[in-house]
Amino acid sequence: MSKLTRRNFLKAAGSTFALGSAGLGFPHIVGAAKKKVVVIGGGVGGTIAAKYIAKADSSIQVTLVEAKPYHHTCFMSNEVIGGDRDLSTIKFGYDKLASHGINVVQDKAVMVDPVAHKVKTADGTTLGYDRLIMSPGIALKWETIEGYDEAAAEAMPHAWIAGHQTALLRKQLEAMDDGGLVVLAPPGNPFRCPPGPYERAAQIAHYFKHHKPKSKILILDAKDKFSKQGLFTQGYKKVYGDMIEWVPGADTGGGVKAVDAKAMTVSTDFDDHKVSVANIIPAQKAAQIAHDADLTDDSGWCPVDLGTFESKKHKDIHIIGDAGIISGLPKSGYAASTEAKVCASAVVHHLHEKEPGVNSYANACYSIIAPDYGISVVAVYKLGEDRAKIKKVGGGLTPSDATPEALKREVHYAYSWFNNMTAEMFG
Amino acid sequence: MLHKVALEALLFCVFMLLPFSTALAGETASPSMLSDTCLGCHGPGGISDGPATPTISGMSEVYIIAAMLAYKYDNDEDKVEAIIEADPDLEDVEFFARTSTVMDRIAKGYSEAEIKVIAKHFASLPFVAAEQDVNKKQAKAGAEIHENHCEKCHENGGSSAEDDAGVLAGQWIPYLEYTMADFESGDRAMPKKMKKQMKDAHAAYGDNSVADLIQFYAGQK
Ligand SMILES: Cc1cc2nc3c(=O)[nH]c(=O)nc-3n(C[C@H](O)[C@H](O)[C@H](O)COP(=O)(O)OP(=O)(O)OC[C@H]3O[C@@H](n4cnc5c(N)ncnc54)[C@H](O)[C@@H]3O)c2cc1C
Repeated sequence: MSKLTRRNFLKAAGSTFALGSAGLGFPHIVGAAKKKVVVIGGGVGGTIAAKYIAKADSSIQVTLVEAKPYHHTCFMSNEVIGGDRDLSTIKFGYDKLASHGINVVQDKAVMVDPVAHKVKTADGTTLGYDRLIMSPGIALKWETIEGYDEAAAEAMPHAWIAGHQTALLRKQLEAMDDGGLVVLAPPGNPFRCPPGPYERAAQIAHYFKHHKPKSKILILDAKDKFSKQGLFTQGYKKVYGDMIEWVPGADTGGGVKAVDAKAMTVSTDFDDHKVSVANIIPAQKAAQIAHDADLTDDSGWCPVDLGTFESKKHKDIHIIGDAGIISGLPKSGYAASTEAKVCASAVVHHLHEKEPGVNSYANACYSIIAPDYGISVVAVYKLGEDRAKIKKVGGGLTPSDATPEALKREVHYAYSWFNNMTAEMFG
Repeated sequence: MLHKVALEALLFCVFMLLPFSTALAGETASPSMLSDTCLGCHGPGGISDGPATPTISGMSEVYIIAAMLAYKYDNDEDKVEAIIEADPDLEDVEFFARTSTVMDRIAKGYSEAEIKVIAKHFASLPFVAAEQDVNKKQAKAGAEIHENHCEKCHENGGSSAEDDAGVLAGQWIPYLEYTMADFESGDRAMPKKMKKQMKDAHAAYGDNSVADLIQFYAGQK
């Protein structure tokens, strides 16, 4: 390359200022009243959308509304359940977001008025917006499993929204006797984190292998196939022998239909199982606020334009992350992070009355089968021409003949993923 | 303020003279749109929080392009050479085979034009060294090995990002370890000069020379 050495030049310049993506941002909107963006949900999608808008144009007033004082990430929560990680390592606060110029409101959003462009929080505060971004995550469809509700989930945790539930499942695994049976009941599609239940089975097996080797894990699935299935099956066998048994939907009659949290039994159409620990992951829908704001359709999720994530039901409201119907992308944290970046760009363009440019999306999802055994699925995506689907243009799975060294490295890269993703969110 | 504006203007001019500053085609996403999708793994601003993913900001365009092309085409030398041959922008890019876990899969999702945009973007951002503890004794030994065998190409203590030299100074230790292990096993191809220097370093400083070098680079700021 040119010996004009941009490097030396940048070295001289680099200390003075950073030529970041911020430098590619927008000039402040001058003359106009401050534009207001409200973001509901301080998980993956919400934190990153808020940060990227603030970064692109600091004149936009960004308010993030989050119900909880802390966020427990779902990613790496399976390692908490397996015992290799403490719950405190997946707990994050919002204090650094203020340094990006984001106003964090710690309160639950209880009402959205799409016509008046207003959000109301539990304590009665009203926040006006020019654009609203919602990334509220999921709610559980308790009604799909007889006998299962919030109270039953204390005895049979779902652990699909991290925090208290994660700790609960871990405690039950610690308390159970060796030789016990754990039933894990994954839902049908679509649901948050398609490989998540199968990584969890491996993490529980990892704990059992070292502490309760006579115990068994039975996966009573609603589905006939699952994400990274070949790789998981191979990994289970290699590391855990026959400790994990997977029963497909065809043989369970479509998964667990009923539970009795007092008797500790789990039932399919064909069998009842007496269990030591049950991890019941019910079917899901968009979080409650999305329903209350009239942003969902019959599927229980939010229809959106795939280029801007603007709601198909109400103008000037964008939905990203697990709550949206994002055809082509999985309900994963990484996907939510790139949806947030695309959405932030679209919102800033709109506020400047400009057409958004061409989009790029990605996913990178690691699963840790054992401390030296990681697998992944990655993909790069573009918006399809008819905007009906986000199309995969490259990517793939860990090869089935990956070397032990490569599998070990994938675990290190999974940890790097976690550190960098949480830095994108909370740093 | 004036200072900053002047520098920005000057930088702009300098960039315009560089071979890779081809105008963006209408259908290509913007540099930040394309590059921001990398940050979930490579860190905010392309600066990794570690422990294993490298910081990619501040690397040279040539280095990033060479890596991405090797990944994209599964180390098919003929194919990569043909692409380099056909594109005057890639004149200084040299093919070296390299192994990866996920990057070979990811690179296939980007066109050559997009790879050039991404490379230019990260090359324009500042490198920030990792904060990590190093073994001081080893680092000291490594400094001497570096001076005698590596500094010629990896200038300024391995912090220079000229041409095909990757930024070594301030990278995360596991990343440096993986990289060196791959060079030693042959999974990653070394330039001829490097091969010779590595051999000489081994002969002169013994089996710990690579480990010492890693501690030296890891501790550089
Ligand atoms: C066990 C498990 C493992 C996983 N592992 C991975 C992984 O390795 N990689 C990966 O990419 N993904 C993983 N995921 C998926 C990932 O966690 C989700 O896809 C991601 O969190 C979705 O982001 P989101 O912004 O939609 O929702 P969330 O991250 O859940 O954020 C929603 C936020 O909104 C808040 N909220 C909801 N309603 C309101 C309201 N009314 N007012 C104010 N705040 C509100 C919530 O408190 C929450 O903080 C995993 C998931 C699980 C369950």
